[in-house]
Amino acid sequence: MIKLLRFLKPFRLYVAIVIILSFLQAIANLLLPTLMADIVDSGIVKGDTQYILRVGAIMLAVTVGGMICAIASSFFSSRAGTGFGKAIRRAIFSHVQDFSLHEFDKVSTASLITRTTNDTTQVQMVMVMGLGMMIGAPLMAIGGVVLAVSQDGALAWLLAGVVPIVFAVLYVLMGKAVPLFKSMQAKLDKLNHVLDEGLTGVRVIRAFNRMDHENQRFDEANLDVTNTALTVNRIMAVLWPAMMLIFNLSSIVMFWFGAIRINNGQMQIGNLLAFLQYAMMIMFSVLMVSFMFVIVPRASAAAARINEVLGIAPDIHDPVQPKSADAIKGHVAFEDVTFSYPGAEEPALSNVSFHAKPGEVTAIIGGTGSGKSTLVSLIPRFYDVDSGKILIDGVDLREMTQEALRSKIGFVPQKAVLFAGTVAENIRYGKEEASDEEVKRAAEISQASEFISGMAGGFDAEIAQVGTNVSGGQKQRLSIARALVRKPEIYVFDDSFSALDFKTDAKLREALKKETGDATVLIVAQRVGTVMDADRIIVLDEGRIAGIGNHRELMKSSEVYREIVSSQLSLEEIA
Amino acid sequence: MSETRTQNSPRARGPMAFGPHGMGMPVQKAKDFRGTLKRLARYFVPEKYNLVVVLIAAIMSTIFNIVGPKILGLATTKLFDGVTMKLQGVAGASIDFAYIMNILIILGVLYVSSSLFGYVQQYVMAGVAQRTVYTLRKQVEAKLDRLPLKFFDSRTHGEIMSRAVNDLDNISNTLQQNMTQLITSVVTVVGVIAIMVSINIWLTLVVLITLPLSMVVAMVIAKRSQTYFKRQQDALGELNGHVEEMYTGHVIVKAFGHEKEAVDKFEELNDKLYNAGWRAQFVSGIIMPLMMSIGNLGYVFVAAVGGIMVIQRSIAIGDVQAFIQYARQFNQPITQLASISNTIQLTIASAERVFEIMDEQEQLPDPVGAPVMAFPLGAVAFDHVRFGYKEDVPLMQDMNIDVRPGQTIAIVGPTGAGKTTLVNLLMRFYEINGGHITVDGVDITHLKRADLRQLFGMVLQDTWLFNGTIRDNIAYGRKNATDEEIVRAAKAARADHFIRALPDGYSTVLSNEASNLSQGEKQLLTIARALLADPPILILDEATSSVDTRTEVSIQKAMTELMKGRTSFVIAHRLSTIRDADLILVMNEGSIIEKGTHKELMAQGGFYADLYNSQFTGRTLEAEAV
Repeated sequence: MIKLLRFLKPFRLYVAIVIILSFLQAIANLLLPTLMADIVDSGIVKGDTQYILRVGAIMLAVTVGGMICAIASSFFSSRAGTGFGKAIRRAIFSHVQDFSLHEFDKVSTASLITRTTNDTTQVQMVMVMGLGMMIGAPLMAIGGVVLAVSQDGALAWLLAGVVPIVFAVLYVLMGKAVPLFKSMQAKLDKLNHVLDEGLTGVRVIRAFNRMDHENQRFDEANLDVTNTALTVNRIMAVLWPAMMLIFNLSSIVMFWFGAIRINNGQMQIGNLLAFLQYAMMIMFSVLMVSFMFVIVPRASAAAARINEVLGIAPDIHDPVQPKSADAIKGHVAFEDVTFSYPGAEEPALSNVSFHAKPGEVTAIIGGTGSGKSTLVSLIPRFYDVDSGKILIDGVDLREMTQEALRSKIGFVPQKAVLFAGTVAENIRYGKEEASDEEVKRAAEISQASEFISGMAGGFDAEIAQVGTNVSGGQKQRLSIARALVRKPEIYVFDDSFSALDFKTDAKLREALKKETGDATVLIVAQRVGTVMDADRIIVLDEGRIAGIGNHRELMKSSEVYREIVSSQLSLEEIA
Repeated sequence: MSETRTQNSPRARGPMAFGPHGMGMPVQKAKDFRGTLKRLARYFVPEKYNLVVVLIAAIMSTIFNIVGPKILGLATTKLFDGVTMKLQGVAGASIDFAYIMNILIILGVLYVSSSLFGYVQQYVMAGVAQRTVYTLRKQVEAKLDRLPLKFFDSRTHGEIMSRAVNDLDNISNTLQQNMTQLITSVVTVVGVIAIMVSINIWLTLVVLITLPLSMVVAMVIAKRSQTYFKRQQDALGELNGHVEEMYTGHVIVKAFGHEKEAVDKFEELNDKLYNAGWRAQFVSGIIMPLMMSIGNLGYVFVAAVGGIMVIQRSIAIGDVQAFIQYARQFNQPITQLASISNTIQLTIASAERVFEIMDEQEQLPDPVGAPVMAFPLGAVAFDHVRFGYKEDVPLMQDMNIDVRPGQTIAIVGPTGAGKTTLVNLLMRFYEINGGHITVDGVDITHLKRADLRQLFGMVLQDTWLFNGTIRDNIAYGRKNATDEEIVRAAKAARADHFIRALPDGYSTVLSNEASNLSQGEKQLLTIARALLADPPILILDEATSSVDTRTEVSIQKAMTELMKGRTSFVIAHRLSTIRDADLILVMNEGSIIEKGTHKELMAQGGFYADLYNSQFTGRTLEAEAV
């Protein structure tokens, strides 16, 4: 949490104002009992109505002043607190934009989302609350003590005895309750998990008559949550009654000793009344402060997660002096490339070398886990190689800027991703200045124009977030159109035709062949049918090149390729 | 999935619900407030005695607490009298300590009782709240069991989860925290006014001057704050949506070099959130200080007016002291009531959403006295079956098939919902709109669902495995299977080897989150299970994508083994399967458009012939290798 405070820096003026205003507000609140004591001791006892009215007017002014301070303080603290959250959020988001896929894999996308959204919101909430309370409460407590002592020093010693009791009770209760709260959260998560599994697997559960078993699991989890919640709430049931009892009983004791001191002439009655009120203020402030001790650790868990993200240094950087690679176009060369995912025992790719040239189609085939997708994701430099190098247009891709590199590539991922926006906007994602004509053409080649014209609004039809309102096949076609509109030097299709039915697949590949003419094409595929016509087929097996050549050559030379071909003697793309 | 929780719950959870919770938050109105409230109230019937205890304890605790200042006032007055008389030099005047002691002891007893009752109230209420929510949760779960699959297919998981989790959570929190608060607040307001009036009507009026102010704050400012919170919530939703989208699609963002655009859009949304956010925080943040200041105003009035009244001897000083405390105690419950009324509306809206699930139409109950098939053969017939997921989009108009035991039916066609529909109908996950489906001549609606589903073995691409050990998963379908039989089935399915390679072997627990098995291995497990269960009818999917070539060969061999002598519905991918099938169903966009044998369909020259030709011409090379 403390590490995050640097984000509060731009707001130091606000924070300073909040501190001053909270101070004034505390003074206003604290002045009232003293003024009241004056009314009693100097006004009532002496029967001076004028005096009472005069002091009453001052009290009124103090109250109104306090109110203004409170409003102003809330204004500045909300701006500072919310601004603090805003700054953190921005810092995380723009930092994450620099992450390579490696960092995304490390933290996991879902967790990154939570950290940017929920964790930040939580930290912000604590900051807003803290600026409101954490500054005010201690000021009240300290000011209360000062004034209580000024009312009667001897009686103040009693207070010194009560405050530790308050702390002790809170400590014991919280010590018991907080771990239980944590375990309750875990048990709730477990319950939700059981429920979620029941929903996801509803067909399986019913097909196999596992309802009773699932019910039992749910009931166990339900009972577990209920019992823990019951225990926690019963412990917490002690909190308020206990606090009130401490406050009330200490008031009684103070009153008794105050009465004795008044009898001895050591104290005035107004002082006693004021003192009792100060005692209440002090104890409530102490309560507030101790609550902060519960809240801040919670936020610090969120803060730690945020700091972790901010502390990750992306391992892919642009070179200081980037080279340009404009001499030749469309050359992709792997030279003895080896790459392993962090923490993996075996490299995902070992000693891969090949050279793809303009106007050629290079296909990559192999079983699951053979490294096909890994190979193509090295080309846009989503990861850096361990050894060897990749040359794009004759230049090591680490020596050019990521922007320059990626502007050469039209990438179509395995899992088609669209963004919220119109169909046209999604296609234009590939090339912002593309004309309507170009967008239409790209859609035609990718066999998307038919279904686009069927959508309400055509190219202006809205795609929902993450593209939930279009089918898998439609998504793939749009994501292909997005790459096409770019007219890149190098096309990378990472198993991008899998959701298309056979006819569309054939038509699309036919149209693509014309369009990609003198560009370099790399296609990852699972099916022999897709790769048969390629100029060059790279057969991968466990990260190594098991064969390289065209279909005819490989049928003769590669055992692995023959195995793949014979295993796929099937009617493909059916059902 | 955690997505259901990305929307931040506006209510603080946990031990310390702080600040203006409830108050100032946007309120989602229930459609039928009274009806839902009544229905929710019915859940408290079994707890009625406990609720009476809670009610009495709450009232007692509050009353004992609020009479405190009045009684302490008596002691103050006595003290004041003694001091004044001493000051005036009255002979023998002294402070009546015995009296004060008495008062203080009474006060002590009162406060102790108040706290005790307060504890009892909270303690009993915890039981009431948790038991009620437990019952509600259980009922929702039981209800989900009885709902037809149509319900689950037409809603997102998120939607169902949000009702079963978030809404129930809301109810639980409200029951635990706000019910008793409601009682205490009402008792406090009424009680404090009553005591004040009993002490002095004029000073009561002075305190009540501040009442309209409290009302204004509670109504106007809280309303304002609701609008801002709504705006903040919307902005947060938009921003979170953007973050989710950009992070999920980061590969594309990077590949197309759109990092800067992503950040620009983010900044814009972040600004929007900030502008709505600080306003919401500000307006809701001033509610508490304002209420406190209003309390202080009352305090000042009481101090000044009361002081003058003491001089005029129309009130005792102790009573003024009591009033000072009441003036402060009196505004707090009003703020609380405003916030509770918000929370209750939220809760009733939540309860309504939960009840909506409970009111969903259930699937038809199993027939009573249903026949049990002792020796099922596996004949399946569709007799004039009409079906469509939506009434206006029929997938089957008049479907007739007659499958004899042991026959193979191949299902072919482009991607679509074909196989899901088949499974849905055969296993009676969906009811047909007309006609009959029979197994061995018995209408499937005359069978118990459990018995019907036992007749089928499934080997599909998606993981039709349940949570449990590998042993349990294989042994499912055949009760009392011995370990030996299980291993034999696994061996026949070529699964024994990889199972033994796992750290826990056959005791390895399969779970959704831990993907400890590959797709292909899971498929082999389902084959082993089918082998052991020995069902008369099979539903198979030949597709083996995302499986490496060697596993694929194993799977195909095991499948061929399995199909021997069983009625099989095969989502066909292999040429040989299709050619040799007794019947081919050609599906397109979920409906069956052609049926017949390979020869018949080729002769027909329709969709199938088209598909077949386009796929296999020019592939003689592959065909040779068969």
